[in-house]
Amino acid sequence: MMLRYALKRLLSLLISLAIASLVIFTVIEVAPGDPASFMLGINAQEDTLAALRTELGLDQTKVQRYLAWVGGMVQGDFGTSYQYRTPVAEMIGDRLWVSLPLALYALILSTLIAFPAGIYAASRRGKAGDIGVMGATQIGVAIPNFWFAMMLVLVFAINLRWFSAGGFAGWDEGIFAALKSLTLPAIALALPQAAILARVMRSALLDVLGEDFMRTARAKGLSRGQALRRHGLRNAMIPVLTILGLQFSFLLAGGIIIEQVFYLPGLGRLIFQSISARDLIVVESVTMLLVFAVIVVNFAVDLAYAAVDPRLRART
Amino acid sequence: MSRTLILGGALSALMVLAALVSFVWTPFDHTAMNIPAKLQTPNAVHWFGTDHFGRDMFSMIMVGARTSIAVAFVAVGIGIGLGVPLGLWAAARQGGWVDEVIMRGNDLIFAFPSLVIAILITAIFGAGAINAIIAIGIFNIPVFARVTRGGALPLWAREFIMAARVAGKGPARISVEHILPNIANLLIVQATIQFSLGILAEAALSYVGLGAQPPTPSWGRMLADAQTLVSIAPHMALVPGFAIIITVLGLNLLGDGLRDALDPRLRVARA
Amino acid sequence: MSLLEVKNLSLSIQGTPILQDVSLTVAPGEVVAVTGESGSGKSMTALAIMQLLPDGSETTGAVDFDSEDVTRSTEARMCALRGNNIGMVFQEPMTALNPVQTIGAQVGETVQLHRPDLDAETRTVEVLERVGLAGISPRRYPHELSGGQRQRVVIAIAIACGPKLLIADEPTTALDVTTQAQILDLLVQLAQEDGMGLLMITHDLAVVANMAHRIVVMQNGAVVEAGDTPALLKAPKHPYTKALFAASAHQATLPDQTAHQPLLQVRGVVRDYTLPRTRLFAPPGTHRAVDNVSFDIPRGGRVGLVGESGCGKSTLTRAILGLEPVQAGEILLDGQPVFASGAPNLSVRRKMQVVFQDPYGSFNPRHRVSRLITEPFHLLETPPADRAARIAEALSAVGLSPDDAHKYPHQFSGGQRQRLAIARALIIRPELIVFDEAVSALDVSVRAQILDLIADLCGQYDLTYLFISHDLSVVRGITDQVMVMQHGMIVEQGDTNDVFDAPKHPYTQTLIEAAPKLPRTGS
Repeated sequence: MMLRYALKRLLSLLISLAIASLVIFTVIEVAPGDPASFMLGINAQEDTLAALRTELGLDQTKVQRYLAWVGGMVQGDFGTSYQYRTPVAEMIGDRLWVSLPLALYALILSTLIAFPAGIYAASRRGKAGDIGVMGATQIGVAIPNFWFAMMLVLVFAINLRWFSAGGFAGWDEGIFAALKSLTLPAIALALPQAAILARVMRSALLDVLGEDFMRTARAKGLSRGQALRRHGLRNAMIPVLTILGLQFSFLLAGGIIIEQVFYLPGLGRLIFQSISARDLIVVESVTMLLVFAVIVVNFAVDLAYAAVDPRLRART
Repeated sequence: MSRTLILGGALSALMVLAALVSFVWTPFDHTAMNIPAKLQTPNAVHWFGTDHFGRDMFSMIMVGARTSIAVAFVAVGIGIGLGVPLGLWAAARQGGWVDEVIMRGNDLIFAFPSLVIAILITAIFGAGAINAIIAIGIFNIPVFARVTRGGALPLWAREFIMAARVAGKGPARISVEHILPNIANLLIVQATIQFSLGILAEAALSYVGLGAQPPTPSWGRMLADAQTLVSIAPHMALVPGFAIIITVLGLNLLGDGLRDALDPRLRVARA
Repeated sequence: MSLLEVKNLSLSIQGTPILQDVSLTVAPGEVVAVTGESGSGKSMTALAIMQLLPDGSETTGAVDFDSEDVTRSTEARMCALRGNNIGMVFQEPMTALNPVQTIGAQVGETVQLHRPDLDAETRTVEVLERVGLAGISPRRYPHELSGGQRQRVVIAIAIACGPKLLIADEPTTALDVTTQAQILDLLVQLAQEDGMGLLMITHDLAVVANMAHRIVVMQNGAVVEAGDTPALLKAPKHPYTKALFAASAHQATLPDQTAHQPLLQVRGVVRDYTLPRTRLFAPPGTHRAVDNVSFDIPRGGRVGLVGESGCGKSTLTRAILGLEPVQAGEILLDGQPVFASGAPNLSVRRKMQVVFQDPYGSFNPRHRVSRLITEPFHLLETPPADRAARIAEALSAVGLSPDDAHKYPHQFSGGQRQRLAIARALIIRPELIVFDEAVSALDVSVRAQILDLIADLCGQYDLTYLFISHDLSVVRGITDQVMVMQHGMIVEQGDTNDVFDAPKHPYTQTLIEAAPKLPRTGS
């Protein structure tokens, strides 16, 4: 049952990836401007332009180029940067080790804050504790994360000098130093997301509390707290998982902006540099990579659903 | 009316009012530079202080409200205009291929990290308010399609819809006549949420320079200007930041308040 | 010595009085039934005994369980009592179990909680066997079981620790009649074997008449009458009790009508549903919901269709109404097909109307009555010129006032809404009306009124109708002919009285056998 469900989700993952790559390729194709003339400047000779176009594969048909691009990616070859003439895969590789840990760090922080806050608020429904937590999340949701990042820099880097205001120590400096330089960015990313997650957790729990089986649990002799922990949490996890999956995509994308605030050498910096240099093959590949990450995470969330909810396994 | 609704309504109205008044009056010309008066903290003359060019920040916030509200408003309009009909259509053809195609298409758009695509669109087709609107609006379509379908499906199983079908009404007519009025509450609440998300997205895009271009003022770009000066002039970051927070907070509270006020279950309980 | 003694219990929730001076007792081994219509406070009484009342509840009086007043007990003490000394079974077995836990885990949890001395796994198997689930693995999930099986699991949870008192709140209301009979037998048997007190809460007098030692009748939060079952059935004293019995046993009197040539002809109808694919590339399976069904309804005929949930009667209804295509066979109304060349046939559709079960769901809450009941005019090519007069006539015909046309549906009670639904069906003067479980959601007294109304209208309008119900007693009084449906097929059909008095098909016999009957009362 579980295997069949997983295979079905895997198939839909592959279809999503195929369509996504097609969309990204098309968007880049219709982008105005010729990369070759952009690279060589407006005074370039026609024959040098033609030579460069051949080198970049721009003289092939669109279908050939699309297939070459996708085929390359499958083998880990993302093409060659128009701007730096280096393999895109290498450029991405280094940056990925900043962006991915940052998103994961933020996801962990967000979960660690949101779960207890949401459970606490749900268990104190309507009381002062609930109102306090909900008020805080209301503000948390409204804060733009890049502004919050600036405030963190102002307080913890400029005034208190606990952290550096930006830059990345690098993993060679040791895991602690690297994590330290990711801490402020991760907090800036995590707090607004934690506010959303805590609200979802609370409302999911409150929905479950109204279910008939919670009354059955109480009639068994479980206390409110026991019933919540043993029967409420797992059922409430279903909507929470959906949001967790979405959050990873927000965090990856949000990281692009946060990297600007903290001058972190991640995928976000790469994408902005490439856009201004019209290095479209890099833009194309980074976007595809991010989409790939999001689709894979959604696949993982689908599998997690099935682990939580036996009804899903049966439905396939 | 609940306190949430009043507070949310008041905060939202405040921002709309600021945007409207800015068409006829601002304390100063928001573009007028006055270098000698630069980086003033809030005072009696410049209520919100001045920026690094000595421009009056209160005036800039007022005019910036226009940009934020206009971008978010049109983006929500795109989402409702396309998403709601798609959602209604999918629900009317539940389980059929139309439903399948629409919902898979939705999933696909959800799979794209929205901000990345917005950056891609604005980067390729040029930075500016129009492209920002399109980039934000596209991601509102699946949201409204999903909410509409989700609200419509249980209604299709209700007996009053069956009765309408027995009365010979077709799916299009039933969708408009019976389904839409009964999910209007849901859509209004979702619209306020998407409106606030639109304001946040517009701010983020202008912050990285891909939103409204100078001289059109925007809150996000004010924050970008503030970044390098945050240690010597924190008010430059605080003022637009608070403007965004207050607007988004107001809209979210308004949404929550409306949901409670419009929830028919609660209304029945009160009646 | 009573096991449970409720003394002058009053309850208010957020200031609204719910119960007034309720007193009742249950002795060990005794079956006590609390009955009454919706809103009588019978379920709240049960929750008060369990001390599981909603927030904002205030009680006065006492609930002595085993000489301990539970209204004064601490929450910790109640947790020790619930599930251990008092078990409870609820109405809705489909939702009463945690969907993400195995049934074994849910039964075993009670044992672990209260009886750490027992091996939970062994005990779980024993208890599941006792409630008649011997062949069912404890590792199954609730969604893999039928409604009746799930209710057995809920009962297993309630009796796992051998409680002294079992409270069952409408335990069979959501179940089919044959399953209902089995669950009732099980409850009574368990109570007898263990010497448990059983407090049964139900709206159905016929259910309790056969099993309870004593009956407590409630109305508007107060006990109006209580007594030993035989005595109470023989000579009810309180006017409300008398009215309740009268309504439960009520049979509408149909005026005589002569049947003519066939109006509705159903010929070899088959309706298949496509099942979700079980394998990726295998062709999807089908479920045959209606299997080769044929029957006629003559003009002026009043035909009943009975069957349990899932028998295909709702599917057949939708096919007759022309809402869904059929895979084989044909449905003709007045000689014309209801569903022709892939689309419903409007000229045929205007000749039939339907009345649904749910008086709350069958109207768009945002429209006024005048708009709601004229919706069928949409079927006419030109709307009638005398619209207002037609509205007034239809409303008067169902016993409402023409002034009600300006009201919204929420301003009416459940019974009144069902009258509105009938008015909507009558307004275009259809030749056939389909009543789809039209009285199933109503309290007995309201049900009796609606049945009388239908009988009345029969006389006035020469109605032809198909009356679909799971409730045999209702069908008996309101039809001349009856059909019994099982697994998508009509297994028996004939004159209503013949079928009820001498059922031929074994399934019909089981159904009639299982249906609870109210003994003749003295009144």
